[in-house]
Amino acid sequence: MTGLQASLLELIRRTSAEIPDDVQRTILVALEREKAGTIAASAMELIQRNIELARKKSQPICQDTGSVLFYVDCPVGFDQIAFAETAREAVRQATRKGYLRQNSVDALTGKNYGTNIGPGAPTFHFHAHPGADVHVRLMLKGGGCENVGAQYSLPDEALGADRDLAGCRKAILDAVLQAQGKGCGPGVLGVCIGGDRATGYEFSKQQLLRTLDDRNPVPELDALEQDILNTANDLGIGPMGFGGKTTLLGVKIGTANRVPASYFVSISYMCWAYRRLGVTLDAQGHLQDWLY
Amino acid sequence: MTTLTPPISDAQIRALKVGDPVEVTGTLFTGRDAVHKYLAKGGALPAGLDLRGGILYHCGPVVIKDEAGRWKVVAAGPTTSTREEPYQARIIEQFGLRGVIGKGGMGERTLAACQAHGCAYLHAVGGAAQVLAECITAVRNVYFLEEFGSPEAIWELEVERFPAVVTMDARGGSLHRDVFEASRAALAERL
Repeated sequence: MTGLQASLLELIRRTSAEIPDDVQRTILVALEREKAGTIAASAMELIQRNIELARKKSQPICQDTGSVLFYVDCPVGFDQIAFAETAREAVRQATRKGYLRQNSVDALTGKNYGTNIGPGAPTFHFHAHPGADVHVRLMLKGGGCENVGAQYSLPDEALGADRDLAGCRKAILDAVLQAQGKGCGPGVLGVCIGGDRATGYEFSKQQLLRTLDDRNPVPELDALEQDILNTANDLGIGPMGFGGKTTLLGVKIGTANRVPASYFVSISYMCWAYRRLGVTLDAQGHLQDWLY
Repeated sequence: MTTLTPPISDAQIRALKVGDPVEVTGTLFTGRDAVHKYLAKGGALPAGLDLRGGILYHCGPVVIKDEAGRWKVVAAGPTTSTREEPYQARIIEQFGLRGVIGKGGMGERTLAACQAHGCAYLHAVGGAAQVLAECITAVRNVYFLEEFGSPEAIWELEVERFPAVVTMDARGGSLHRDVFEASRAALAERL
C-alpha cells in the first residue's frame, strides 16, 4: 500500500467514525437547550452517546456511509488520474473493513457490486491552487438528508417568493418545513443562490465544507444565515422532527452568478451525523495535518 | 417503558399511544426499498419466514463477516421511512405486521392501516447506528442477499432493549402530522 493510499484510508476511517470538532461543540449546545424529559432531549442524548461510541469503536457513526465525495485542492501539474485510482483502491479497502457500507448500486440494474466503485462513485472535485500542498476534504453524505435537498426557481407563486433576499428566505424556510425530521435533524443547510441547476447544487454542497462557527464575510448573507437559523429553531420541528428547540445546527449560504432568466435557490441538507474531515498531504501522499 | 417482544398481540399494540417510549427485545426483520416494492407487488416471502405479529425495521445495516465467518453488524440505524409509503399499508395488512421501526414518520395511508390492522410506527433515532447496533445480540439469518444486496436484504436480528418512541399509534394519532401542522402555522407567522 502506498503512502497516499494509507493516508486516504485513514481519512475515510476517521470521517466515517468521528464527528468534526465544530459539529460536536454545536451538538452539545443543542443537547443543553432541549428540555429534560422530552423525547427531543432523549434523542439528543442518544445522538451524543452514539458519537462517543462510534469514535471509541472506530465504526461508522451512521450505517448510511453516504455518497463518497472528495474535494481535492492540488498544485498545477498534479496527477489527478493517479490520485483517483489510488482513492478508489482506498474506498474498496475501506468497504471491506466496514468503514463504509456496500453503498453503491448500479442505477440501471440495481446490482450492488459491494465495492462502492462505479460510474460517479466515488466523486472527485479537483481544484488547482497556487500552493505546493495537497488538501483532501472528504464528505460522506447520507441518502436521507440528500433526499430532502430542494431547488427552487424564483419567482415561486405558491410561496409568494420573489427574486430577492426575502424570496430566498421563503424558499429556504419552506425547504426546512418540508424536510421536518426526515433528513435526520437537527441538520445544517448548505445553500447556493444563483448558478445553473447543476452548479447551484454543487455550490450548495461546497458551503458544507465551511465550519459551523465561521461567519459569512458578506453582510447580507451573514444576516440571512442567522435569520434562517433562528427562525427555523422557532418552528418547533426539533431533533428528529419530535418537536423541540433545535431544528437546525447551522446555515451556510453562498452565491454564484446567474443568467438573467434564471434565479435558482439550491439547498443541500446535511444530517446531524455531519461527516466531513480533511487532510494536508505532502508530495509523497503522506499525511501532514488534519483540517477541521 | 413498554417492552415489546414479538409476536405482539393486537391488544398490546392498541394500548400504545404517541409519545410512549418502548424497548424491543426479541426478533426484528430488516426490510427497506427493494423488499417493500417486491412484497407489495405480490412477491412471496422465502419459505419458513413469517412476519405475523412481528416488527419490520427500515434499516440497511453495515454487516461484515468476522474471522470465524460469522455475520457481524457494525452499524444499524433506521433509514427514512417515507419512501415506503406507497407500499407499507398493503404489507401491514397482508403480512400481519404489528410494528414498523424507522425514522421520519409515514403518511396517512400507513396511519390508516395501523388503525385498521393493529400496528404502530416506532421511531428510532436516525443516524444512531452504533447505539442501535449494540442492541443487536445475534444475526439469525439473511434472506434475498444475492438478489437485493446487503443493505436491501432481509436480516433476521435478535435485539435486546432496542429503544424507540411511538410516533404513530393504532388509534389514529401521529406526532408527525401534529408537528407538521404546528410548524407550518409557526412559519406562516414568521413570513
